Amino acid sequence: MDTTGKKVLLIEDEPNIIEAVSFILSRDGWDVKTHSNGHDAMETVRLRAPDLIILDVMLPGKSGTDILAEIRADADFADTPVLMLTARGQVKDRETAERAGADKYMTKPFSNADLLAAVRELVQA
Amino acid sequence: MIGTRIRDRRLQTGTRQSELARHAGISPSYLNLIEHNRRKIGGKTLLKLAEALEVEPSLLSEGADAALVAALYEAAATSRRDDADLDRAEDFAERFPGWARVLAALHERNQTLERTIETLTDRLSHDPFLADSLHEVLSAVTSIRATSSILVETDALEPEWQARFHRNINEDSARLTDGAQILVRYLEGAADRAAEVQSPQDEMHAFLATRDFHTPELERRTAGPRDIDGLLQGADGQALSAPAQSLTRDVLLRYLADAQALPLRGFLSRVQEVGMRPDRLAEVTGADLARVFRRLAALPPDSVGPVGLAICDPSGTLVFRKPAPGFDMPRLAGACALWPLYQVMAQPNVPLRMRVRQTGRSDDPVLAMAVAATTGPAGFGRPALTRMHMLILPDPQGETGEQAGEVLDLGVSCRICPIQDCAARREPSILAEGF
Repeated sequence: MDTTGKKVLLIEDEPNIIEAVSFILSRDGWDVKTHSNGHDAMETVRLRAPDLIILDVMLPGKSGTDILAEIRADADFADTPVLMLTARGQVKDRETAERAGADKYMTKPFSNADLLAAVRELVQA
Repeated sequence: MIGTRIRDRRLQTGTRQSELARHAGISPSYLNLIEHNRRKIGGKTLLKLAEALEVEPSLLSEGADAALVAALYEAAATSRRDDADLDRAEDFAERFPGWARVLAALHERNQTLERTIETLTDRLSHDPFLADSLHEVLSAVTSIRATSSILVETDALEPEWQARFHRNINEDSARLTDGAQILVRYLEGAADRAAEVQSPQDEMHAFLATRDFHTPELERRTAGPRDIDGLLQGADGQALSAPAQSLTRDVLLRYLADAQALPLRGFLSRVQEVGMRPDRLAEVTGADLARVFRRLAALPPDSVGPVGLAICDPSGTLVFRKPAPGFDMPRLAGACALWPLYQVMAQPNVPLRMRVRQTGRSDDPVLAMAVAATTGPAGFGRPALTRMHMLILPDPQGETGEQAGEVLDLGVSCRICPIQDCAARREPSILAEGF
């Protein structure tokens, strides 16, 4: 698929994960923007209007699940695909993310290939 | 019951009722009444029956092991079944003492296992240290995996990117090493009882518990803050982490203020005069109820018996916990929302007194008294600070003959509470399936 110019917003607080994921997606042609805390994440979502959001669950300021609820409550972004990332892999966390409206859920650590495949799948869909 | 034992022994020996009655010099119909526990016997009749049955009289007259019967009652109560034939527990223990001991041992083991599971679940579900440590380790692993894949899989990676990713891997591997070492120390320590103490609050409570929550050094008329410094500079105090020292100092400063307001000897005299009645004690001493609660919980244990105390802040977090027999308090998880402690939140300075029973902990209720007390002067534009206090005393019903009130069944915390269909439940219980 042609990913040129497609915008991905990565909301994640670990600087080295931000750098690695940004690199991987940029090399695949995505226009990657990043944001590293929870409390004003929604403002960045509105500012960047991304085609896809990659959202970490555990963020300083506000949890990824709460941010996802705000995204789904905003008519402009209610249908924007969201890929949730978390360091916890329990079934209940997956269910919580899905109930909150996540399109896909990945558990850390993940492979770069899986991440790319998930991002492509979500934007294509 | 003697009659049952006589009948059992007679049947074991194959003796007919009429034959035994003749030997004992009583009528068969009277023996029949004895065997059905409808007549009391002793003295000569008992001796003759024992002789005829070839047993020691004491074997007929002494009942089953009282502790064993009590264990059976406890097992029946915690099983929460209504078909346990409670009135036949003693009979069962007498007739099948071996099986009764097996049942009692299984019950004891079950209780031990439940407590182990509670501790582990509590730790895994609510221990913020463990959650943060695991998160740190997994984040470092994620970063290393993503970055190393880039280095391996990307053709012709620019030197500056290579250098940056090498540096990142170096940083993350150092983080991972630290995180793994901390986790290993933590998990290794789990087997050691002393390592149960983890948070500063736990350290502070352990420090107080070793003194039975009573500090003679602060009870002297001349006691002052320097005595608190002395306690914290002692061996126990030195072992505390810096945050735990700070917490302990605050608690001891409050203890000192309470002790100065209600000196030990005078307060004990008042307790002897009016009994363990905080409302009357507040009346005769002029102190507020919360202070009286704290003072009662700080008395020497051998002077007033067991006294429990829980204090929470407006968020519901337990900031002080002194458990009492029959009333446990969670270490990490939120406590049961039904506790009177939380019911007084909405009405500061309006005390509440209730008989409560922790389901699955004890059959006996305890007396819980709670009050919310403000901790500073009121002021516009700033939140009112309150501390909710709950005192736990043994239930006095049997001793004082007071009118029996209703008993509220409640729990310790939701995760380990067996009460079903509880309106206050906030999360499922690991005991819900009848564990």
